[in-house]
Amino acid sequence: MCAVRYWRAAEPKTTYEVVIVGGGGHGLATAYSLAKRHGITDVCVVEKGWLAGGNMARNTTIIRSNYLWEESAAIYEHSLKLWEGLEEELGVDVEFSPRGVLNLAHDLGEVRSSMRRVHANRLNGVDAEWLTPEDVAAFCPLINISPSLRYPVLGATLQRRGGTARHDKVAWAYATRASELGVDIVEHAEVTGFLRGPGGRVEGVSTSRGEIRGAKVALAAAGHTSELAAMVGLRLPLQSHPLQALVSALYEPILDCVVMSNKVHVYVSQADKGELVMGAGIDAYNGYAQRGSFHVIEEQLAAAVELFAIFAHAKLLRTWGGIVDVCPDASPIVGWSGIDGLFLNCGWGTGGFKATPAAGWAYAETIATGEPSELVRPFSLERFTTGALIDEHGAAAVAH
Amino acid sequence: MTARRLPDGGSWIDRSRPLTFRFDGEEYEGFEGDTLASALLANDVTGGFRSPILGRPRGIMTAGPEEPNAFVEVSQPWFDPIVAATMVELVDGLVAEPRAGVGRLPSTRVPSRRAEHRHISVETLVVGGGLSGRTAASAAASRGDRVVLVDERHRMNDAPDDVIGLPRTTALGIYDDGYVIALESTPELERLWHVRADHVVLATGATERPIAFAGNDRPGVMLSTAAAVYRRHFGVKVDEAPALITTNDVGLVARAMVMDGGPEEGPVINFQIDPISDELPTDGSLLVSGGFNPNLTLWRAIGGTVEYHRRFACFVPGKGPPWLKVAGMANGEHIPDCAPVWYVDGERTTAFVDLQRDQTVADIADALDAGLTSVEHVKRATYIGTAIDQGRTSGVLTAAIVNQMLGTGPDAQGPTSARPPAVPVPYTTIAGPDRGDLLDPIRRTRIHPWHEEHSAVFEDVGQWKRPRYFPRTGEDMDAAVARECLAVRSAAGVLDASTLGKIEVIGPDAAAFLDRMYTNRMSTLAVGSIRYGFMLGLDGMVADDGVAMRLADDRFFVTTTTGNAAMVLDRFEEWLQTEWPELHVYCTSVTEQWADVAIAGPKARDVLGALGTDLDLSPGAFPFMTFRDGAVAGIAARVARVSFTGELSYEILVDGRRALELWEALLRAGNAIGITPYGTEAMHALRAEKGFVIVGQDTDGTVTPDDLGMGWIVRKDDSDFIGRRSLRRADTSRSDRKQLVGLLSDHLLPEGAQLVEEDTGRTPMATIGHVTSSYRSPSLDRPIALAMVARGRQRHGQTILAPLPGSTIAADVVSPVFYDPEGARHDG
Ligand SMILES: Cc1cc2nc3c(=O)[nH]c(=O)nc-3n(C[C@H](O)[C@H](O)[C@H](O)COP(=O)(O)OP(=O)(O)OC[C@H]3O[C@@H](n4cnc5c(N)ncnc54)[C@H](O)[C@@H]3O)c2cc1C
Repeated sequence: MCAVRYWRAAEPKTTYEVVIVGGGGHGLATAYSLAKRHGITDVCVVEKGWLAGGNMARNTTIIRSNYLWEESAAIYEHSLKLWEGLEEELGVDVEFSPRGVLNLAHDLGEVRSSMRRVHANRLNGVDAEWLTPEDVAAFCPLINISPSLRYPVLGATLQRRGGTARHDKVAWAYATRASELGVDIVEHAEVTGFLRGPGGRVEGVSTSRGEIRGAKVALAAAGHTSELAAMVGLRLPLQSHPLQALVSALYEPILDCVVMSNKVHVYVSQADKGELVMGAGIDAYNGYAQRGSFHVIEEQLAAAVELFAIFAHAKLLRTWGGIVDVCPDASPIVGWSGIDGLFLNCGWGTGGFKATPAAGWAYAETIATGEPSELVRPFSLERFTTGALIDEHGAAAVAH
Repeated sequence: MTARRLPDGGSWIDRSRPLTFRFDGEEYEGFEGDTLASALLANDVTGGFRSPILGRPRGIMTAGPEEPNAFVEVSQPWFDPIVAATMVELVDGLVAEPRAGVGRLPSTRVPSRRAEHRHISVETLVVGGGLSGRTAASAAASRGDRVVLVDERHRMNDAPDDVIGLPRTTALGIYDDGYVIALESTPELERLWHVRADHVVLATGATERPIAFAGNDRPGVMLSTAAAVYRRHFGVKVDEAPALITTNDVGLVARAMVMDGGPEEGPVINFQIDPISDELPTDGSLLVSGGFNPNLTLWRAIGGTVEYHRRFACFVPGKGPPWLKVAGMANGEHIPDCAPVWYVDGERTTAFVDLQRDQTVADIADALDAGLTSVEHVKRATYIGTAIDQGRTSGVLTAAIVNQMLGTGPDAQGPTSARPPAVPVPYTTIAGPDRGDLLDPIRRTRIHPWHEEHSAVFEDVGQWKRPRYFPRTGEDMDAAVARECLAVRSAAGVLDASTLGKIEVIGPDAAAFLDRMYTNRMSTLAVGSIRYGFMLGLDGMVADDGVAMRLADDRFFVTTTTGNAAMVLDRFEEWLQTEWPELHVYCTSVTEQWADVAIAGPKARDVLGALGTDLDLSPGAFPFMTFRDGAVAGIAARVARVSFTGELSYEILVDGRRALELWEALLRAGNAIGITPYGTEAMHALRAEKGFVIVGQDTDGTVTPDDLGMGWIVRKDDSDFIGRRSLRRADTSRSDRKQLVGLLSDHLLPEGAQLVEEDTGRTPMATIGHVTSSYRSPSLDRPIALAMVARGRQRHGQTILAPLPGSTIAADVVSPVFYDPEGARHDG
């Protein structure tokens, strides 16, 4: 006897109102939101592999909304609010755990920009606190605040409402609910081209399982977006890089918050099962092989054992990589592509898991109405022409 | 069932060297060459372990890294929170406790093994020291290759001649172009090998797999070949007459070996003969052989494909990269024919698939019933394959059970992706020597020892340690900084500016190149002159600043900010190498070669004169923004007249080796006028009084030169430079952009404070900018701040607000130049 039932594996029909390319978190949340909020159920999600096996299955699940600029704070804070109600919304325990996210500062420049972020967050209605090194140690006693560290901890920002969730459960819950509402989820169908109509209008996709027509086609392909865009002759301001993560063997609980440090590239939380989940740095080169470089792991673990003496004897169990799509201003692109019938949701780079609920919410609205949702209006592709960039390097860097 | 050590035999143990060890509080004996597992079996300790989730009793099931049950914490002579007993090399005094899948990280210091890293480049690397590995290694060596042969076991048959044999060494991961990371783990140390090989041969053998049947997790159930290994290599007999359940002949051979060819007793279920069986023994020793899986973790990690082999019922290598070969059992050779049985139907809730995750056939069936169809999804729903053994015994089994339950062919889905490292590795081993101060190189200037002696407080700027201030007895930071600032304004101060990035740009096209990199023209600079320049990003935003000195027509010396030196050189090289290969320009970092001491203040010229120099220091002969080569205090120097404080100032560049000598000579020469060393904090306050920006503090990657009120630095002609096109974008010419302003307030404004027109007390509150720099100005004796504020230049005279928790500070918007607005002081 089994209580849960997941999504139905659908055979693709020939035509849909909306075809979503990419069955990761964003594609699935978008499909759900189209069906649930906009009543558009004639939707197909086309996924080249097994569902949500891309970055959605590979990320370190850090959720927070303490971004610097108002535009970013608005969408990430909306997302955090959706996370806070997601269990109720989807009827599934997605293990959202607001355990608090610390962002450490290790030099005076970082202290300055952290303080700025705290001030900005407060006026934007995002919870933010500045912790002195002693406060850091009180909040998370595992962190070594000794001034003799190579890069001592000079303080940290804390967002108490931030935390983690279980990525697979999130994706599967969206898929299951979308499927129940009538959305077709088609796995193992790789999009290999686009069907073009009069004036170059995009009218559907060719896939390894045949042609699928769609009045609107919406990309949600994360790291592979530029390959897809190239199929319609679109060059996007995106660079795809490998980003790695790793887990340790299982240990009894020691860490009950999320700790992030840009300077030394340590991002860590402990999963309920007991493994330490850590994000590594981004590989500098571009690539699509989901394989990062070992030296990145070496540098990261070296920094980790300095910050957390107790990690010295922890053991690395598994490493893996995903391909992240990064915009020059470290902010996403959501909206119309400039080609009729084709919409874009990409550029979430190293930090789009936390945005999953809001990205789906706003992207669906944009697809449904043809007008950008207010939340994503600033994140248009056009900003690279006008120059109205939203530079989140400070808040995003490689930090998830 | 009784396990025991036979009076003789055991090719890996040395009976002349008995060892004592403790397990679970009891003392036992073993021999050198034993693993903890073999020594426990020799003492008839077959159980004593528990499963992690259900707490079921478990025993030793394997003889290698695939062990899913027998986990221990080792506390002596080194500490290991959780490791398979089959992988622990026995040493005298070893102390271990059983651990149920979850380790405990110690919060106190525990004995550790040394960690080190080694690099080696060879023509051929062979992974696996069995027969086929040794054969491959010999063949490569006889071709004249330099060969490394690694094997995870602590006993390896002697490596062939001319081969570097590394026992106890496990290949952890394989990366592009023959780059392999391996872990050598001995009782003394853990050594991480970085092997770069032209060719890699994987002779990694095959691992026997279990069969899922009700109660298959009980102590006494063991893989057949494991029992054979214990018999043959450790002289340990797991039972006189164990039962057997097998799908292949190797199971029979293994059992015969365990029984020393003795009389055939005990139940044997051979699926090759009898496809259905109901009489599985529920106690006593039971050997299991479900077939053999070639060990292809490394092969698959680098993108090698696998194909299902029906006769052997396993996956064998397909296509892989040209430099990688697979040999022996790993390649599907010598694998016995197999009548595959994946699970024996019956009570599914005790038919374990992944013993370490306590997952059963029933759990897989549940996942499939709920609608999952992919092995990857089943893995994620059940966590099968994610424990310490990484699915070595459960991976292929799970895929096969899924295929069978879904009614697809046995080759429909294979096991889930294999991921490095092949065995768990301690973080400290991966960190290797990069611990403590070696985490990142510490860069110190040549004058650093003097700073230390004079109790400087340091700050980290990039990799550098820079003196932030030099407190005297009883002084806090504010007092020290005020004293240092006032000394510069009234007499003279000296700053160690050696950390500034310095790059020589040389070649016939050097001037043309710098014109493209900076917004102002460097090609019109006269030899002997200096120009301050901005470098923009492609987005038109200020990326770095510095000065360029023209040493000769084809030779420039440019400086960068301390933190951006490497970035700027990278950027130069990137453009030269990828975009403009036709330019003849060479860039060389000379940051370390030149030390730089700035002397600033109205008495700077006098001090320099007193110090003795062959340079004519008169303003006419040596004007602002020029440099001269000469001797200062008898040291060959390049002296530049630039000023970051607004005072008369000289930067004296000398060979790094003479920097300390120069520094001390300056202090002696200036002693009479009260010359004062100052640090970065005073430098920052002094430049803020003058409204000079710090890139990265007053700018944040969203600021154009015009936003800083420095539009003059951007040339207006048609020639191109990086960022030029972006400066013409609609947003860059918006009239409400944030602009640099000065702020005067009664209270010190916190840096980073947001600025508003109106404090509504509600969120979100509309902000117009933020405070970028803020100091208690010693020269003006009041708080001053720099800020980026929307339409800032039109707001001079307005009052704006900084809402802070608990208070709001009002500030008047003023020009960012607080001190000496006419710029009269830089000539002294
Ligand atoms: C190691 C790592 C750690 C991370 N950590 C965090 C974190 O802590 N917090 C955070 O907020 N974010 C994090 N991220 C980023 C986050 O994972 C991504 O931004 C986010 O998952 C992207 O959206 P998605 O889930 O839709 O992407 P994906 O799950 O990658 O979905 C894209 C899908 O498109 C499919 N696809 C691609 N091409 C085609 C095609 N031609 N046809 C059909 N389908 C196609 C892919 O197979 C894939 O399933 C991390 C990323 C990585 C790699």
